[in-house]
Amino acid sequence: MTFALSEEQQMLKDSVDRFVAQDYGFDVRRALAESDLGYSAGNWKTFAELGWLSVPFAEENGGFGGSLRDVATMTEALGRGLVTEPFVPCLVLAGRLVEILGSAEQRQTILPPVIAGETQLALAHAERRAAGNLACVGCTVQADGDGFLISGEKQLVLNGPSADLLLVSARSGGAERDRQGVELFVVDAHADGIRRRDYPTIDGLRAADITFDRVRVDGTARLGDPDTSIDAIEAVIDEAIIACCAEAIGVMEVLVRDTVEYARTRKQFGTPIGKFQALQHRMVEMFVAHEQSRALLLQVIGEFPAGGAAARRAASAIKVHVSRSARLIGEESIQIHGGMGTTDELHIGHYVKRLLALEALFGGTDYHLDRYAALID
Amino acid sequence: MSEQPEIDYEAFREEVRAFLATHLPDDIREATRLTASMFPHMPTAIAWQKILHRQGWAAPHWPVEFGGPGWDLHQQMIFREEQDLAGAPSTIMQGLFMCGPVLMGHGTKAQQEYYLPRLLSAEHIWCQGYSEPASGSDLASLKMSAVPDGDDYILNGSKIWTSNAHEASHMFLLVRTSTEGRPQQGITFLLLEMDTPGITVEPIINLNGVQEQNQVFFDDVRVPQANRVGAENDGWTVAKYLLEFERSMSYAAPLKKRLRQIRRSASEEVAADGTPLIDDRVFRRKLAEAEINARAFIATEMRVNEETAAGGSPGPAASVLKIAGADARQALDKLWLQTVGLNGVPLQPEALVPGNNVASLVPDHALTAMATWLDDRSTTIAGGSAEVQRSIVAKAVLGL
Repeated sequence: MTFALSEEQQMLKDSVDRFVAQDYGFDVRRALAESDLGYSAGNWKTFAELGWLSVPFAEENGGFGGSLRDVATMTEALGRGLVTEPFVPCLVLAGRLVEILGSAEQRQTILPPVIAGETQLALAHAERRAAGNLACVGCTVQADGDGFLISGEKQLVLNGPSADLLLVSARSGGAERDRQGVELFVVDAHADGIRRRDYPTIDGLRAADITFDRVRVDGTARLGDPDTSIDAIEAVIDEAIIACCAEAIGVMEVLVRDTVEYARTRKQFGTPIGKFQALQHRMVEMFVAHEQSRALLLQVIGEFPAGGAAARRAASAIKVHVSRSARLIGEESIQIHGGMGTTDELHIGHYVKRLLALEALFGGTDYHLDRYAALID
Repeated sequence: MSEQPEIDYEAFREEVRAFLATHLPDDIREATRLTASMFPHMPTAIAWQKILHRQGWAAPHWPVEFGGPGWDLHQQMIFREEQDLAGAPSTIMQGLFMCGPVLMGHGTKAQQEYYLPRLLSAEHIWCQGYSEPASGSDLASLKMSAVPDGDDYILNGSKIWTSNAHEASHMFLLVRTSTEGRPQQGITFLLLEMDTPGITVEPIINLNGVQEQNQVFFDDVRVPQANRVGAENDGWTVAKYLLEFERSMSYAAPLKKRLRQIRRSASEEVAADGTPLIDDRVFRRKLAEAEINARAFIATEMRVNEETAAGGSPGPAASVLKIAGADARQALDKLWLQTVGLNGVPLQPEALVPGNNVASLVPDHALTAMATWLDDRSTTIAGGSAEVQRSIVAKAVLGL
């Protein structure tokens, strides 16, 4: 494996960095987060034109054929800008599930408009009682003639408010936490029987709680083979964990950089507070945590192609490490910024809130510690 | 990075393995098993270095022109890993990692031709004379005087925390040749023979009950000026150059070894309910946490190595190695000690002497857990305390 970026990755990184520097100042970001949509439809169109939306997908599906490292390179750069556009929810989660599980026809129908920026997707999988357990699906599905009826509730559907199509997991058999019996369906977000409650999340993004009341889909709506859906969901969420950890590493980079810069300039008792050893050592801890998280991320990405237990262990390892680093860096950034760190006005708190949301997504720290522990030989 | 012919790393690993299987004697392996220290058991480490030297492998990280095997960093890592797995002693670092590279970079041709071959063959064993009783982390405040007299310097003063001084034939050291200017400006780098008249070595017994450290006293000790490395009063430059090479030492290798020791102990110890500790959920969570931290460190070291090999500066990541490596190591030591429980308590130093015939009070897996914990206290103190390291990073890397 190699830690250095390839030429192509460097170009992707430069491209996103340029966008963030030119078009995504913190005031712009704040206005987008407070807008109705929560992001800019114009930006999304630009992403499509720049080819960014095609990166996670294979060439045969109209994509760029990017690797997980390519995706992580982009999300890390997006993290530095605290970008709210739904890159991971639409593409890395829902889009990739269609790519992995979909029939040729489903892929040909669904993915090109996604890559063109015309269709928004969302994965409706998480439920209130899951506590990180991906097999926990209480939503049900039953046959209805040549179609199906879906009922139940989904929590925190990322990008739910903007989605044109929902990928919904539902159970056709087995108990609430059985891996068997979980199936996936492509559902029109505006179908009869869907009730959506939209809300902003703590980090300025958008999500929805969605209730399905005997929502009818036809026979072609089923995505993939019922026996393997849960494995695909797990594999895709592990990829999303990598993408989100990379994003968190971008967020942390800004926090470490700006906290150090603040400590260099803020004076108290006649001297920059960065001269105080008690603060210096704490900022070194932040720096060390960030450097190690980044090295571990790049290393575990190298283990992903092996799949199976290696990939699961890799995802859990980085989730735990990044969550720990994010806590340390987030809390210290606010503390070292003093009173200003506690304000809505300064960007610091917003970066920290993004870290808090990322930490909670896809299973918390203890969940992934246990998952990793179960995979120790 | 220049394109080298493709190296078959798996074949290389097999070659190293085959060599270790046939050339590593049982008594050396046994001495290593009983060693808790970061320094190897000297008599067997010398014997092992001689065996490696005959193969041309004594200094994996040295350039070919000075007797190295010409391995890249990944091969060096494989070699180190396989050595550890086979139970071979760690490298005698003061010579091969410190003095050797300094002579390559700053020594005269005569010094290189005389010392380097003897260093490789383990004919000369080196110790490092840096710290003094009043100069620990604040190394530049050192006071040991060296006064020119004819072709010699006359040395008076004392060095302390001199690891392996009682087993070494030579010492490289920093002395004060001037009190003008900044403290760093009056320091000179010298080489000397330990049997020079006027040198006295007094043992310092560590928490393990073992003599590893020493205090060395100098009473009108004559050292030829020809033994100076670099210019007079320019020893600080040489010392800093040495620090860069200390980076060639792997902090990751001991972590991997410690994780194996913990797993082995956990599979032999039991939890309160009588089941193997390794199956206990709370223990596994702790092990997972420790392993993830260790992996993050190992990845950081790999990344720094890769950047260095590519000819670039290792950058800020390099500075985190010493801080994070020491922390990760102590965290694993703590977990290991918790894992062996009461088996850490019996005091039986004779059971740790290589070649002993005593019946051990505790199972093999637990033999060195306490001694390791005690010995590794020094990882956050030696070579600049953890606090000094953090202050250096704050200043040099973060610009505070």
